[in-house]
Amino acid sequence: MSETLAMGWRQYRLERRMFWRNPTAAFFNFLFPLIVLGLFGALFANDQTTLNRIVPGIAAMSVMTTTFNALAHNLVFLREEGVLKRMRGTPLPPGAYLGALAANAITNTILQVAIIATAGRLFFGIPWPRDALELLVFVAVGVVCFASLGVALSHAIPNFESAPAYVNAVFLPTIFISGVFYDVKHTPAFLRNIAEALPLKHLIDGLSGAMVSGRGLGSNLTALAVIGLWAVAGVALAVRGFSWESKRA
Amino acid sequence: MSATGNAIEVRGLAKRYGPIEAVRGIDFSVARGEIFGLLGPNGAGKTTTIEILEGYRERTGGEVSVLGLDPGRRPVELRRRMGIVLQSCGIYRHVSVREVVGHWARLYPHPRDPDEVIGLVGLAEQQDRRTNHLSGGQRRRLDLALALVGDPELVFLDEPTTGFDPAARRSAWETVRALRSLGKTVLLTTHYLDEAQALADRVAIVKDGRIVVEGRPGELGAGPDRYTITYRTSAGEWREHHTNDPTSLLAELTAAALSRGERLEQLSVRRPTLEDVYLELTGDSPRSAASGDETPTPPGAGAREEPAGVVGDV
Ligand SMILES: Nc1ncnc2c1ncn2[C@@H]1O[C@H](COP(=O)(O)OP(=O)(O)OP(=O)(O)O)[C@@H](O)[C@H]1O
Ligand SMILES: [Mg+2]
Repeated sequence: MSETLAMGWRQYRLERRMFWRNPTAAFFNFLFPLIVLGLFGALFANDQTTLNRIVPGIAAMSVMTTTFNALAHNLVFLREEGVLKRMRGTPLPPGAYLGALAANAITNTILQVAIIATAGRLFFGIPWPRDALELLVFVAVGVVCFASLGVALSHAIPNFESAPAYVNAVFLPTIFISGVFYDVKHTPAFLRNIAEALPLKHLIDGLSGAMVSGRGLGSNLTALAVIGLWAVAGVALAVRGFSWESKRA
Repeated sequence: MSATGNAIEVRGLAKRYGPIEAVRGIDFSVARGEIFGLLGPNGAGKTTTIEILEGYRERTGGEVSVLGLDPGRRPVELRRRMGIVLQSCGIYRHVSVREVVGHWARLYPHPRDPDEVIGLVGLAEQQDRRTNHLSGGQRRRLDLALALVGDPELVFLDEPTTGFDPAARRSAWETVRALRSLGKTVLLTTHYLDEAQALADRVAIVKDGRIVVEGRPGELGAGPDRYTITYRTSAGEWREHHTNDPTSLLAELTAAALSRGERLEQLSVRRPTLEDVYLELTGDSPRSAASGDETPTPPGAGAREEPAGVVGDV
């Protein structure tokens, strides 16, 4: 067991090193949400109500990009390149390897949520998170949910060239209807209903409670339940469809 | 099956991909310390066979044992004791050769020294280069380094030298021979018949999922008339005889010639090369032995054209 952990840890460190050495990935992971935040922050500089929505909105979007988008993309790449297959032929336990990949993604989530919370505090009149436990719980459940859905999506993506199309086909509509940039109260009812069924809107509500309004976990239990249900479905799909090799051999 | 002490035992192995019967009942065994070569045309079932033995694919029939273990159950002990070069396989980017070989070494209980292995495959000069900046052949050498760094007892090499320049191939051969002198077992596939001839203790030629012949590379194709005697008569005509007993046929021919006061010009006796046997048995080319050329075709001369074509496509 400790051997597995040690191997997973070394794998994780290698993954981190490779992440930082890939400038495009690092850019999209860190600069992109900050640029979006900067843009919207400038647009709504005098509108604290909107800022109060946007900062947790972008934090939730970052949870999604660092796990869902990144894992779907990376797994398709690793599978198609044969890296997954190669790793599978070594004594590295599969759990240690996949755990390291997930931990790599989650590290980015944590860094990004921290950066956004800091930017919110420094530039956008958002206090430091009021409810650390709530923040932790929502980020954790959100990460499990979106990471597993990202892994599940990777099974459906036929090849690396089409990965961005598949990911964005899910990601872009989701962020727009879930109210990353505005409050969904103002959207048409049918869109609102779809957003209610998806996990991102609930993650925004949870993060909003933790970071802005201070409405505690108790008042966001439905949100937590919806994300939790998606997480269960995501894990089941991620595990069931998992393949170490691309099917078009 | 492990009681036999063979490194690999394969009995009645079969593999179906939906309607495709890729492997249709293959039997062979590889003794410990032996280098065994699988030859055969594209799509013959070599990779399928080797990947079943590596634990990547599930067999649909037959029995296999690798180092006394069933690869179908994917025991971690087996993965610790074998090294794998896949037919084609990517590697991490954004890491140096040295980092990746060093990382691999730590996945195994008793690894070799990474620097030594990097030197062995001829990547010492590139050791600080990122893997994504290596040439195709250099990347293939890295594959070999990763297969060897764990100091495995058994090494699977699926077309290990495809894309190597001639010098790199020779040095890869030395590396494989060095494995033999260390008592390691090697199962390799190749399309280079000279490679099989140079390295393998025994080869099996696979066609359409079956082994059509198996034996020492120099002794394959034992059957009637496996020796070819050619010469030119004083009238300038080429003559060719096939026999299984070259000693007596030669004695007859030379005695007859001497008694006529003639010479047999450019007399040669030729055993079938591995390539002759291969082409005859896999039957996708006319029998090359029929030519009257007295200089034996260099083994693998035909196969050598293949990588050139591949390079041309890039
Ligand atoms: N994953 C797969 N799904 C379906 N068919 C497959 C699969 N892999 C191999 N095959 C088929 O099985 C047959 C044997 O393939 P295999 O890769 O074992 O051949 P090979 O002897 O290694 O050929 P090559 O010399 O070209 O590498 C081929 O007809 C191939 O199309
Ligand atoms: Mg093959």
